Amino acid sequence: MTATPPVESWATDYDIFDPGFVRDPYPVYDELRETCPIAHSDRWGGSYLPTRYEDVVAIAHDVDAFSSREILVTPSPTAAYGETAAVKAPPISSDPPEHHWARRLILPVFAPGAVAKYEEGTRQLCHSLIDRFIHTGRADAAADYAQQIPVRVIASMLGVGTERADEFTSWVRGVLEAGLTDPEVRLAARTNIINFFTEQIADRRANPRPDDLITELLHAEVDGQPVPDHHIIGTCNLMLVAGVDTTWSAIGASLWHLAGHPDDQQRLRDEPDLWPTAIEELLRAYAPVTMARIVDHDTEVAGCPMHADERVLMAFPAANRDPEVFDRPDEVILDRTHNRHVAFGSGIHRCAGSNLARLELRVALQTWLERVPEFELEDPDAVTWAGGQVRGPRHCPVVFTAPEFPTVPEKEHP
Amino acid sequence: MKVRVDYDRCTGHQACAIAAPQVFGADDYGNATVLIEGEIPAELEESARRAQANCPEHAIHIDES
Repeated sequence: MTATPPVESWATDYDIFDPGFVRDPYPVYDELRETCPIAHSDRWGGSYLPTRYEDVVAIAHDVDAFSSREILVTPSPTAAYGETAAVKAPPISSDPPEHHWARRLILPVFAPGAVAKYEEGTRQLCHSLIDRFIHTGRADAAADYAQQIPVRVIASMLGVGTERADEFTSWVRGVLEAGLTDPEVRLAARTNIINFFTEQIADRRANPRPDDLITELLHAEVDGQPVPDHHIIGTCNLMLVAGVDTTWSAIGASLWHLAGHPDDQQRLRDEPDLWPTAIEELLRAYAPVTMARIVDHDTEVAGCPMHADERVLMAFPAANRDPEVFDRPDEVILDRTHNRHVAFGSGIHRCAGSNLARLELRVALQTWLERVPEFELEDPDAVTWAGGQVRGPRHCPVVFTAPEFPTVPEKEHP
Repeated sequence: MKVRVDYDRCTGHQACAIAAPQVFGADDYGNATVLIEGEIPAELEESARRAQANCPEHAIHIDES
């Protein structure tokens, strides 16, 4: 990461890559909400940072004034895209009217009934990961566990095999982590992703196969026309990039929370009825994702003028801690009954993969708690975080008493 | 009590189906559906109110009768 001068004033000069902010952004969000609810910074191309729930939701709903033509939190090196410039990430990068058909194309595979078929495979995957460390009494809950799960679920959904999972992970991190502040890294990751899916499409045209998502997209028609290749590549790009870092960050942050709260571990073991509200609460409290919008034309939100072509950083994590909307917002209350959280965004760009993300989060936590006895952080200072676009732990070493007879589920697992 | 979904607002968060799985479901696109047309049984009323209180889009309407 490029070294940048320290932040003088968070209201006028915030830096979302400031190491202290990445580690714990919530005190800054709280202060801004009180003193300057829509902050501005000239850093990283210029952006606004709304921190109140009401403002974040209002901006998400005003799709005329706030375009999704770019959704990463720093400017894209588009001048270097060359002949792949048309490849974006529809529908998240689409404005209406394209957005509507592009979203209808992918929503059915992510409906609650459709994602249920990934539950058993996800559970087996979680067991196989735990098998590798359960006898040692320690694990990196982020790198050894959380990070390994969503990439394999998405790879099987796309039908691209899980053998190259580590490579996929490095591409995704190239876009959403290192690449945000290093255009060369971002460009290289983007090129790898586009080349990979271009080959996958060519392979399916040459060797048709029964059913995977890429094949489905190749057969899809919109208004009687096939979907252009650049659109299919873009949608595959979205599934990979949006489906990996995000969910793994939510799993990792939840395990980090539980490691520090043995009482919550115990409640989830004792009270299985808590799971539905607990998952929503962990999503609220540790919402990983901040998306961006581009101000389409000069406008104003809550008295704050916003200038065309600057970014707005949609601080969903800040909105989710707004005391105007949530009682005791900084506490994780596993049975919270009023929870209009926006971890998955708000309005027409609501995360299309939210049902799959919830399933993965629940299965990952349930399987962990089923196999791993009471656990705690090995050293709180050894935990490292990524942030900017997606916030979550990247290393989270935990320790526990290795069970003498590790619980093995009745069903065989790989 | 009767419930209804405002489809101009619903964007498929599924918060209603999580809070009240016996009252709300999902269509093929993941948008909310009402599973109980007509009167909501008394024992499900509380869950229906929770569904309303959890919808981020304020798309759930409850007619108390």
